[in-house]
Amino acid sequence: MDLAMQARPMEAPIEAHNHNRWSPYVDNGGTTLAIAGADYVLVASDTRQSDGYLINSRYSPKAFVLSNNAVLGTSGCSADSKRLYEVLEQRAQLYQHRHDRQISTPALAQLLSNTMYSRRMLPYYVFPVLAGIDAKGAGAAYSYDAVGNMQRVTGVCFGSASALIQPFLDNQVRFKNQRDADPNRLLTREEAFKIAVDAFTSATERDIYTGDYLEIFIVDAAGAHKEMRELKHD
Amino acid sequence: MDPVSLELPHTLRGPQATAGYGPTTRTTQPIVTGTSVVAFKYKDGIMMAADCLASYGSLARFRNENRLMKVNETTVLGVSGDMGDFQHMKHKLEDVMTHEYDMDDGQALGTKSVYKCLSNIMYGRRTNINPLWNSFIVGGVDGGERVLGYVDLYGTTYMADSLATGFGKHLAVPILRRRVEGRADEITEEEAVAIMDDCMRVLLYRDCRAFNKLRRAKVTAQGVEISEPYSLATNWSYAESIVGYGV
Repeated sequence: MDLAMQARPMEAPIEAHNHNRWSPYVDNGGTTLAIAGADYVLVASDTRQSDGYLINSRYSPKAFVLSNNAVLGTSGCSADSKRLYEVLEQRAQLYQHRHDRQISTPALAQLLSNTMYSRRMLPYYVFPVLAGIDAKGAGAAYSYDAVGNMQRVTGVCFGSASALIQPFLDNQVRFKNQRDADPNRLLTREEAFKIAVDAFTSATERDIYTGDYLEIFIVDAAGAHKEMRELKHD
Repeated sequence: MDPVSLELPHTLRGPQATAGYGPTTRTTQPIVTGTSVVAFKYKDGIMMAADCLASYGSLARFRNENRLMKVNETTVLGVSGDMGDFQHMKHKLEDVMTHEYDMDDGQALGTKSVYKCLSNIMYGRRTNINPLWNSFIVGGVDGGERVLGYVDLYGTTYMADSLATGFGKHLAVPILRRRVEGRADEITEEEAVAIMDDCMRVLLYRDCRAFNKLRRAKVTAQGVEISEPYSLATNWSYAESIVGYGV
């Protein structure tokens, strides 16, 4: 049992008034998307970190490559995002040391869900996407909410411009509302890359929290590699 | 013989441990505060400045405080926010540096490590809903590389070529983005001093909690140098021509 809990006497009064409580959360804006294909998966994030109308940094990456070549894309509270990455990376390395092999993407995806849920009472204010290659060699993207609900998806977007980008992905990646399209077709890398860049250049026009630079990670059997594009700095 | 039992004063117990003796105590608002810190990279290293005032609300309470701390031979820390919480952090960092000295392994703790240590403390405190009410800027030269990082009471961290806290985010950052961003490698010490003094002068004119007694720190390959307090030349005749806002 936690020592601090033991030290607290039972007769200690419970504070009834909860108003004016300091909030431990900040929304640092930013947007992340993931697109899964047949043998690759792509994660794209802008690199702006803001606090209200202030831009803290033009280059503060929020997509992280883990040691098993999976990529964690984040949005929400930057402090929580960075800690979540550290926790996940530590666990991935621990797995490597214990089992003498890299953790698989589906296992890491479940671990991320469990890690998020472990903070159920003070959630990580992060909306993560995890992208990697599954056991069959197919691209796998997972999306989560802040308490660990998990879903495997082919196209997802989270963050300040998610309302602008997600409907675009629904149409262009998942072929929703396209009359003659095959809804199960997976995009080629070139298609996915173009859609990711277009989604962000458009979102940058309307969302003040998205901009500066775009980092695109493409993961395949060979590993993860990064492409950079410039977005508007305004 | 009786075992020695020692009752710690309440100030030395954590907020949880004192729950049975009264309400929990936390920093819910800053009391004695320092205003902006401004810092940026230049050719030889990093430069940082802060004034010498610790305010008590609108009262200029302590007018000879040092808000720039030399953490080690390669690192300075600039502080704004609650000065009490800063003193706590100062003691903690001194403990860390003493521990490093005791290791006696010929290894010095670099600026990046100091920054990570500070960030972890800040994030840990906010996660326990017991924040230290500060914004810190850590600056230094780590293995020949200039390092400049920000961390605040939310555990938010970011690094950039130019940084400021508090009012400086609004008033100094736009100046620094124009004069430093993209040309940090070409700014001489002389120009850096001029840029810094311009930023601090703007803050002095417009930030009511700023003070015309300040210190400037620089970190270069030669080490840390924190200046003695000095004043800026000002010209208040502009004030005559400012109209509006109820004047």
